Amino acid sequence: MASGMNFPHAELTPNAEQATDHGAAELAQRSVRVRASDVSVFYGAKQALFDVSVDIPDRAVTAFIGPSGCGKSTFLRCINRMNDTIEGARVGGKIELDGEDIYDPSLDVVELRARVGMVFQKPNPFPKSIFENVAYGPRIHGLIRTKAEAEEVVVSSLRKAGLFNEVKDRLHEPGTGLSGGQQQRLCIARAIAVGPEVILMDEPCSALDPIATAIIEELIDELRENYTIIIVTHSMQQAARVSQKTAFFHLGNLVEEGPTDKIFTNPEDKRTQDYITGRFG
Amino acid sequence: MNTLIITALILAFLGIAYQTGSSRSRALAGTSGRRLHSRPSYHGSAIAIWTLVPLLLLLGAWALLDSYVIRTFITWYLPESLVAEGGNALRASIARVEALATGYGVVGEVQEFERTAAQAVGRFQTTAFLIVVAAATTLAALGLFYARKRITPQFRARNEVEGAVRILLLACSVVAILTTFGIVASLLTEAMRFFSFVNPLDFFFGTVWNPRFSTTGAGGGGEYGLIPLLWGTIQITIIAILTAVPIGLMAAVYLSQYAKPRVRSVVKPLIEVLAGIPTIVYGFFALVTVGPFLASFGDAIGVDIRATSALTAGIVMGVMIIPFISSLSDDIIRQVPTAMRDGSLGLGATKSETIRRVILPAALPGIVGAILLAVSRAIGETMIVVLAAGNSPVLRFNPFEPTSTITVSIVNQLTGDSDFAGPQSLVAFALGLTLFVLTLVLNVGALYIVRRFREQYD
Ligand SMILES: Nc1ncnc2c1ncn2[C@@H]1O[C@H](COP(=O)(O)OP(=O)(O)OP(=O)(O)O)[C@@H](O)[C@H]1O
Ligand SMILES: [Mg+2]
Repeated sequence: MASGMNFPHAELTPNAEQATDHGAAELAQRSVRVRASDVSVFYGAKQALFDVSVDIPDRAVTAFIGPSGCGKSTFLRCINRMNDTIEGARVGGKIELDGEDIYDPSLDVVELRARVGMVFQKPNPFPKSIFENVAYGPRIHGLIRTKAEAEEVVVSSLRKAGLFNEVKDRLHEPGTGLSGGQQQRLCIARAIAVGPEVILMDEPCSALDPIATAIIEELIDELRENYTIIIVTHSMQQAARVSQKTAFFHLGNLVEEGPTDKIFTNPEDKRTQDYITGRFG
Repeated sequence: MNTLIITALILAFLGIAYQTGSSRSRALAGTSGRRLHSRPSYHGSAIAIWTLVPLLLLLGAWALLDSYVIRTFITWYLPESLVAEGGNALRASIARVEALATGYGVVGEVQEFERTAAQAVGRFQTTAFLIVVAAATTLAALGLFYARKRITPQFRARNEVEGAVRILLLACSVVAILTTFGIVASLLTEAMRFFSFVNPLDFFFGTVWNPRFSTTGAGGGGEYGLIPLLWGTIQITIIAILTAVPIGLMAAVYLSQYAKPRVRSVVKPLIEVLAGIPTIVYGFFALVTVGPFLASFGDAIGVDIRATSALTAGIVMGVMIIPFISSLSDDIIRQVPTAMRDGSLGLGATKSETIRRVILPAALPGIVGAILLAVSRAIGETMIVVLAAGNSPVLRFNPFEPTSTITVSIVNQLTGDSDFAGPQSLVAFALGLTLFVLTLVLNVGALYIVRRFREQYD
């Protein structure tokens, strides 16, 4: 986070330009996958999110940035209805996935969550073996039947998350025995093993070293071909590197959203400008 | 009176010692200008320990020796013939003198020698008390002066106090362990006496239980085969577990995962009421309601079920232990981090899949513990079985027939006139030992299961 703060605005350009140039072009031809209109969230009497409206483009990476506690995770959890599990949380407004209201009473939440996968902010591996952690999702959805199939899914998911080489000799040891960063990658592997259409990632690289971060960013770039990805990050460089669209949150409000290159080079709002240049956090 | 004086003595020394320690250390710090190693309160506590420990040790020693010394003293005043005779007469006489000395009346004529003895005892007790108090005061004062002299700014009073606290805590756990050993030892010695009457092989492997009560005192007669009782216990426990575990566990899952907080706050105490019902009431319930119901139900489906049977006792016992399983498991399940639940739900698992595959496995060690607690309750349970199982210590494999258990047999052997001289009553200790070993094995087994299948979370 500190590195993101200190990052001088000008230095963004080489990377950012490269990514965003084709990003902006790409963005123009993408249809809208998720559309949020006037979404508000209350935790009990306390309002955490105020009338957020944003379109998430298909087969692209959208980054949510903003200071701690501004409601990024809260909004992310709305998109696969994980807020339902929080006692006293209420969601107002409308969120559509492929034009379908996901808060419609007739919608099957379980099916929604299979389509919209999530990597949580805090790594939360199950107290099972590494193998079983990854195989869990595919198993409950009946995607794997034989042992060989399970093996294949587990190995390829772990490989994509850049974890396989580190754990290939201990697949049957508990996932909770891994280091924090390894657990984070295990949770990513677990989420992509189900093959969701939309992937929500809440600070997936917060505990990773630069090498592992690079692997995850590569994975995100790869997944972008076929999936819709939303990533919450505190690293400006990361947002600039991997995303095509960026949304800036502040105190529960969506301040500004647009193509990543525009947000980083030519923000409209003073607050956005201050944030990305590290003037406040 | 005496207790009052001693309490006052202890409190006075506590106050003086603590005050001395803290003010002296403060003063020292002031004059020498050096930083105290320990805060004044630790110096106070250290002195208090040095003052009170000798005092309490002395008083404790006196409390232990007191009655022995006085009894010896009394015998000096009793007629020689009585002392020489010893036994019950001597004991009764000593008791009479003690009663007189404390001012209680005694039955019958008070004899002259008893009166003098009682007066002498009275005087002796007063003197002894004064001596003890004086000695205790001296000891405490010595301790206080010794400890006071040791106070210097660098004196490590904190470490000393911590050490004393550690010893105190250690002593408490040693007491708990020693009690267990004491119980086992007494069970063992008495059981050994039993095995001098009955061959252990006949006891452990005998299939007939028929301990005829012989009025002619000690001596054989009767068969002491453990197997029918052991089987009865196991049978009833298994039936109880089969009743209680599914119901209790599902209630726990409902309470922890499905019930709204308001519902939970009503339902949980209601279930816990079950645990508060006296077991004898469960016994009535089994005898009057459940037994006849099962019998008529058996009639209806053409199975011969007796009203008092292993089944009746087992089911009612199962109902009794439901709250142990449901309440404890509810607490344990709720301790599984919500992040774990969210992880599963976030992958598109349903609520019941999440419970079955993530939450219950994570809570398993605790749940096994809860079940084990319930099982040991069931194994030790007596009243329900006395009333509902038919008290028939015969080896039968049909749960619809009457049976009996180890605990019930212990009760049977010990009620009435038992003199602990013959195998009829001594067998109770052998049974008790068996019960003890049984629960021990269960505990060790459960520990093993928990270690083996634990799914750790943090
Ligand atoms: N379960 C909850 N109950 C009550 N309030 C909550 C809950 N979760 C979040 N909040 C509140 O909602 C606001 C937004 O929280 P959120 O977790 O969305 O922030 P965030 O932007 O993800 O922050 P960070 O970058 O630190 O993760 C905060 O003020 C937080 O205190
Ligand atoms: Mg967050």
